[in-house]
Amino acid sequence: MKRTVPLIIAATTGFVLIVAYFIPYTETWGETAMAWFNIIAAVAFVLGGFNLMKNQLQKISDRRPGWGYAAVTLLSFVITLFIGLAKVGVTPSTTYPEHPWAGSYDQEGAAFWWLYEYLFLPLSATMFAMLAFYIASAAFRAFRAKNVEAVILLITAFIVLLGRTYAGIWLTSWVDPLAARFESPVVSQFIVGLRLDRMTETIMNVFNLAGMRAITIGIALGVASTSLKVLLGVDRSYLGSGED
Amino acid sequence: MNRENLIWLTLMLLGGGVLLVNAGVKYSQSGTVNGTVYVQEIVADTGPDTPPIVTYERTIASLRNEPGVSFSLSRTIGVWAAALCTLAVFSFLWGDNPLYKLAESVFVGVSAAYAMVVGFWTEIVQNLLGNLLPDLMRRTLLPGLQSTKTTEWEYIVPLILGVMMLWRLAPSGGWIARWPLAFFIGATAGIRLISYLESDFVQQINNTILPLVVLTADGTVDVWWSVKNVTIVFGVFVSLVYFFFSVEHTGTVGALARIGIWLLMITFGASFGYTVMGRVALLAARLEFLFDEWLWVIDPLQRRLGL
Repeated sequence: MKRTVPLIIAATTGFVLIVAYFIPYTETWGETAMAWFNIIAAVAFVLGGFNLMKNQLQKISDRRPGWGYAAVTLLSFVITLFIGLAKVGVTPSTTYPEHPWAGSYDQEGAAFWWLYEYLFLPLSATMFAMLAFYIASAAFRAFRAKNVEAVILLITAFIVLLGRTYAGIWLTSWVDPLAARFESPVVSQFIVGLRLDRMTETIMNVFNLAGMRAITIGIALGVASTSLKVLLGVDRSYLGSGED
Repeated sequence: MNRENLIWLTLMLLGGGVLLVNAGVKYSQSGTVNGTVYVQEIVADTGPDTPPIVTYERTIASLRNEPGVSFSLSRTIGVWAAALCTLAVFSFLWGDNPLYKLAESVFVGVSAAYAMVVGFWTEIVQNLLGNLLPDLMRRTLLPGLQSTKTTEWEYIVPLILGVMMLWRLAPSGGWIARWPLAFFIGATAGIRLISYLESDFVQQINNTILPLVVLTADGTVDVWWSVKNVTIVFGVFVSLVYFFFSVEHTGTVGALARIGIWLLMITFGASFGYTVMGRVALLAARLEFLFDEWLWVIDPLQRRLGL
């Protein structure tokens, strides 16, 4: 019951979705399964939210180090949740003015929109922007031109970094006048290709494309084999240890 | 006072001083302080029986004396809050500190609730309740629901699975949550198996089958396109050879695999450069927000002309 039923559910759902792809009559099954999937995913967010609340409350009641920050997390969570669910500040939609609850929860000017626009967005964007410093500093410490492979990687990264800035275009602005001196279009095209922005384009569209394509093919095969292992019950790690 | 606190205090005082001076300069120049937001009132007439609906849209500060334009306290506080949050996160560059921890805690709480609220309105209300209780939803939250829509009983399944998933919060019987989890895993595996094989395997191979000699309209060989295609086909081949571990990488296979490694190194270098530039673009956007929307030091989009 605890392990067999989940295995049957996983296998049935997975194979139904695979079959639905090949048989036109069963296409709606796939669509229904996807709709169910999205609903359960939304419930998973609810579970995640309550779990966060539970953990923060535990931290506060145990007076663990940093419990004050847990209180801030809890407070911001509860306030955002209330504002979002109660549609605070949302005006009725102009299409259905007699339905006060029909306005969109993320309407411009509403409290939930405010939280998104002035707290969530700047905080998440700045967190990701900070990675620019950390990637650069980690690269500075870790990248060493010790062998051919490392040299290739470094040179490519350097070209791509420079080629996507104005500095790169400015540094190789002498290339175009030089290319104009040659009558042969092949030679001229080759010399124009030495501009840093053009080199970046070539790296991205030729070498990077080839490498990424091979990696993507490898990933696809890996995903397919892992999916089959899950559906056939070979991989049961998602069921946990079975202690509960 | 230790050295670290002294540095913090000095920085805070300096920052506050600069902000005050900047605000004073902006006020003397334009009669309004930097970071203020103005909104345009939009009145929508909804018929004789219902009162008009008033909404507000952001407008440029230079139009503040126009009719229907007013100062928005909530959005002004928002700009200042966003700026302070941005600075608080940036403060981590100097080291872990209470300001950063505070911003981080707010971020965790807000983002968890944000995901929950979005999931609730877009999936649970729209798709689950909209299919199970269409009449009630039509009268309350979803008046736009089709009048012919009737209850779709198959949606009782995700409702039951959802309740089973929430069972995980109960002190006992956590194993019940495995059933919806199994559905989740099975659905993901089924969808991914097909989609990855189609778009990332078959389609990628299909895209790699390129003409090795490209001819122009007048019948001559287009050298650069041909070289490009040959490089792509050869590049994919040697990279795959490197990933193929069923044959020992010696002799010809070893040589091809070595070229494959070089090509993969170019790929990693390009990906690294691309990622760094993406993050730098995000960083530039944050700095632009600080200097443009908050401090009014720059005006790249010319939103404050005449101020």
